[in-house]
Amino acid sequence: MSSADMGDHLIYLDNAATSWPKPPEVAAAMAEYLAESGGNPGRSGHRLSIAAGRVVLEAREAVASLFNMEDPFRVVFTLNATHALNMALFGLLRPGDRAVTTAMEHNSVMRPLRELERRGVEVVVVPCDAAGFVDVDHFLRELARGARVACFQHASNVSGTIQPLELLAAAARAAGAYSVVDAAQTAGVLPIDVTAMGIDLLAFTGHKGLQGPPGTGGLVLGPAFDPEILQPLVRGGTGSRSEFEEHPAMLPDRFEAGTPNGVGLAGLAAGLTVLTNRTVERVRAEERELTTRLHHALTAISGVKVYGPDDPSHRTAVLSLRIEGTAQDEVGLMLDEEFGILTRVGLHCAPAAHRTLGTFPDGAVRLSLGYFTSAREIDQTAEAVRRIAGYISPEKGP
Amino acid sequence: MPAGNHGVVVFHTTSAAIKADKVLRQTSLSTKLVPTPRHLSSDCGLAIRFDWTNREVVARTLEDNGVEAAGYHELKRPPEAGHRRPGPA
Repeated sequence: MSSADMGDHLIYLDNAATSWPKPPEVAAAMAEYLAESGGNPGRSGHRLSIAAGRVVLEAREAVASLFNMEDPFRVVFTLNATHALNMALFGLLRPGDRAVTTAMEHNSVMRPLRELERRGVEVVVVPCDAAGFVDVDHFLRELARGARVACFQHASNVSGTIQPLELLAAAARAAGAYSVVDAAQTAGVLPIDVTAMGIDLLAFTGHKGLQGPPGTGGLVLGPAFDPEILQPLVRGGTGSRSEFEEHPAMLPDRFEAGTPNGVGLAGLAAGLTVLTNRTVERVRAEERELTTRLHHALTAISGVKVYGPDDPSHRTAVLSLRIEGTAQDEVGLMLDEEFGILTRVGLHCAPAAHRTLGTFPDGAVRLSLGYFTSAREIDQTAEAVRRIAGYISPEKGP
Repeated sequence: MPAGNHGVVVFHTTSAAIKADKVLRQTSLSTKLVPTPRHLSSDCGLAIRFDWTNREVVARTLEDNGVEAAGYHELKRPPEAGHRRPGPA
């Protein structure tokens, strides 16, 4: 095997971890922010502070518009989706409460829930099938038994499985539970209408589908959600009500204390402009076509098992596979060193999902497509996997 | 600037003040984002200064755009009245 005939171009298939490369507009906006508007957003009355505050507002309005939220102040910025999920779960759940979740969740949901369980919250994990779909009837039965929170992902970071978001959110509301949705893998990739879908709390990250930099993300409070119900995770300076030592109740300050990541939000706003010009619908259509192409090619290779749904309408641009007869980390290493294909091997911070898919504890090789993935790269990747599978199990080779 | 008094509108959050500034700048009104005069019991460090005679238009513009104000105050003494502001030598 040699990388020579594959060219020395890198094929980045780790967009589910963080999207790369970023649109050049993102870096430009961040450089401009540091050079031109580097004050503390809205804290001081001077022009640089105001300029920074305007950038943060622009990012907030862009996120609100993406999720069809009329009030931009119901978008609260955090460091990432994990931070937002912790804010939602620790802010809502108290000892004696009941939380319902699924057996496909990332540790950004599972770990806060396990800690809350230790503190006396009852945590119910609803099983999912081998393709990763939650057992909806079971989920509804658990909700009917009473729950304060229904927390679930929109799509899996391991198998790309898309859960029936609208149905689960509506069921949660009907049962009197607050829906907490992990949209880390789907914001900017699948259309999400927080208002029409009746979502209470939606956690998103800025550095994946939204094309922004790391250190950006947030929690969206649906229009029907009462912010007073949610206890803040962090309290401190807001630039408002400075004469009081109690943390303010107004949005977004109630959930935003301390200097915000202005430079990151400048990048996020630029990423969102690029995304909305291209449109989420077009991104989805392109990624779906390429994922289907990759899925077809990979499932045809002897010795390769691909996980998740077969139907492309039920999966995002995330695919996990195993090549039987070897350690999966070896596969990842070969893809990187011999072919310049960057993937992620292991458990992807989601042991529950790997148990559900039957890939625990060995893990799998994850290929995740993005904004800049080309059809040629997909074909080169399928060819590389075919060669590795043939190298490992020559008798099964072509 | 007309000879009349200035007014300021104050807000609960700096985010609201910046949003208010954005919507008011899209009108033909002459307004300015300023540090909140300290003598006002301020909720937020930023306020918007405007010509007090435009009070109703300002209020309506903010309401129409869903920006909540914490209060409107007339400033009895316009800051620059009769004086030249200091500047670089």
